[in-house]
Amino acid sequence: MNVDVDQPRCVAAGHCVSAAPEVFDQRDEDGVVVLLDETPGEHEHERVREAALLCPSAAITVREGERPS
Amino acid sequence: MNEPKPLPIAARAEGCPFTPADELYEMQRSEELPRIMVPSPLLDEFEAATITRYEDAKNALSDTRLRMGFVFDPEAPRTMLNQPGNLLNYNGADHSRLRRMLTGAFTVKRVRSLRPMIERIVSDRLDAVEQAGAGADLVQLFSTPIPTLVICELLGVPYADRADFQHRAQVGLDVNTSRETQIRNLAEMDEYMATLIASHRESPGDNLLGSVVREHGDELTDDELVGIGNMLLIAGHETTASMLSASTTLLLRNPDQLAVVRDEPDAVDGAVEELLRYCSPATAMPRQAAADMSVRDQEIGEGERVVVSVLAANRDLPEAEERDLDELDVRNPPKHHVTFGYGAHQCLGQQLARMELRIALPALFNRFPTLRFACPEEDIEYRTKALVFGVRNLPVTW
Ligand code: HEM
Ligand code: SF4
Repeated sequence: MNVDVDQPRCVAAGHCVSAAPEVFDQRDEDGVVVLLDETPGEHEHERVREAALLCPSAAITVREGERPS
Repeated sequence: MNEPKPLPIAARAEGCPFTPADELYEMQRSEELPRIMVPSPLLDEFEAATITRYEDAKNALSDTRLRMGFVFDPEAPRTMLNQPGNLLNYNGADHSRLRRMLTGAFTVKRVRSLRPMIERIVSDRLDAVEQAGAGADLVQLFSTPIPTLVICELLGVPYADRADFQHRAQVGLDVNTSRETQIRNLAEMDEYMATLIASHRESPGDNLLGSVVREHGDELTDDELVGIGNMLLIAGHETTASMLSASTTLLLRNPDQLAVVRDEPDAVDGAVEELLRYCSPATAMPRQAAADMSVRDQEIGEGERVVVSVLAANRDLPEAEERDLDELDVRNPPKHHVTFGYGAHQCLGQQLARMELRIALPALFNRFPTLRFACPEEDIEYRTKALVFGVRNLPVTW
């Protein structure tokens, strides 16, 4: 799985951090998403999918099945 | 196209304040987006294309061609909504510029750090309920003060000023007051907020508003800061108060679900999501089309108004195939809902609201394990016609 975030789109609602704190964080100054892990391990996949579903601004893109590069 | 119907977008079924009216479901089934008349304090009433399906709601709310319906108008009289600084009045780059200055104060991390403060407020309110004894009205003693006091902490309202502050917040919500009273009350709120801003300018407090002044004070006018303070109050206290009261009545009517919230700490977060979905306190979101556009294959013309029914959309989630969404089921929380809206304006305070609910509800049922209504259930009055759903009275005993 490959994860990408689009910081300009992010509205800092924080769903991603609640859903998958190992993969996403928020910048202290403005709450904008920070990607901690572009290729999260198997055990994180479900949580990352949930984050992408919850994100109200479609700022998280998940590409399934790709090997960590 | 149908003739517009004189129907409030948040109509409820006869006999159940939590169930959407048949007419709303009828609209949801219709392929067309029905045009209905929506009553409005500012515009008297307006015609709007009505969105009631969940997928349509998400698509519409994330479409940048749909603008906030009542964009700030400096020429029009200043009201609680018509103020600079209120995020709900801005679109596009102006909106994100302002929102980015506030989001740092609402990150998941920052909100978590507010937990001890919220726990203290909740525990004080439970003491007040206990002191009032049998017949205590939870609306007055619990649901209304908790969110207002949390906002006092965020804004840095000193203890000595809190009684007045709470009073003004209550008058602001009271529909039974005259126009003159409302105008005077609003002027007092603005005036108070201005003194608060002045003192933060002098020495920024160790709270949310203080941090906004410290970090962004040079990019914001005093007027905008006053508007931001007022916005946090308006957006944050009635909705959260409504959730506390409505959740409590619902759980009192469903004792087995109340027991889940009371006895199973691990189930509380999910239960709160289900209560948020089911109550939908902010019932509808108005917008206006800045260009010709379509939602699904339904056309909306430039300049047309649009209203999204949160109440209806939350009963149309993908889960509808597996369960009856007209039933409350705290053990079966939704994956997603639109109670906090969707898209660029999605509720700034949602993590805070969740935290308040997750703390206050279990605390209430643990302090009073035998809590029950102190009046016949039918005597509980609900506010179903306003934009924000509410419970008017909630006398309890234990
Ligand atoms: C359960 C309680 C709450 C509910 C149901 C709720 C609901 C909503 C909804 C539906 C919107 C979007 C409106 C739209 O798009 O037209 C919104 C926006 C907003 N809410 Fe909340 N809210 C709650 C609590 C709070 C709290 C506690 C605060 C802050 C103290 C807050 C601050 C805001 C702000 C500032 C906005 C405007 C965001 C923007 O336009 O970018 N809300 N809320
Ligand atoms: S869920 Fe989306 S909008 Fe919210 S912080 Fe994460 S990336 Fe940003």
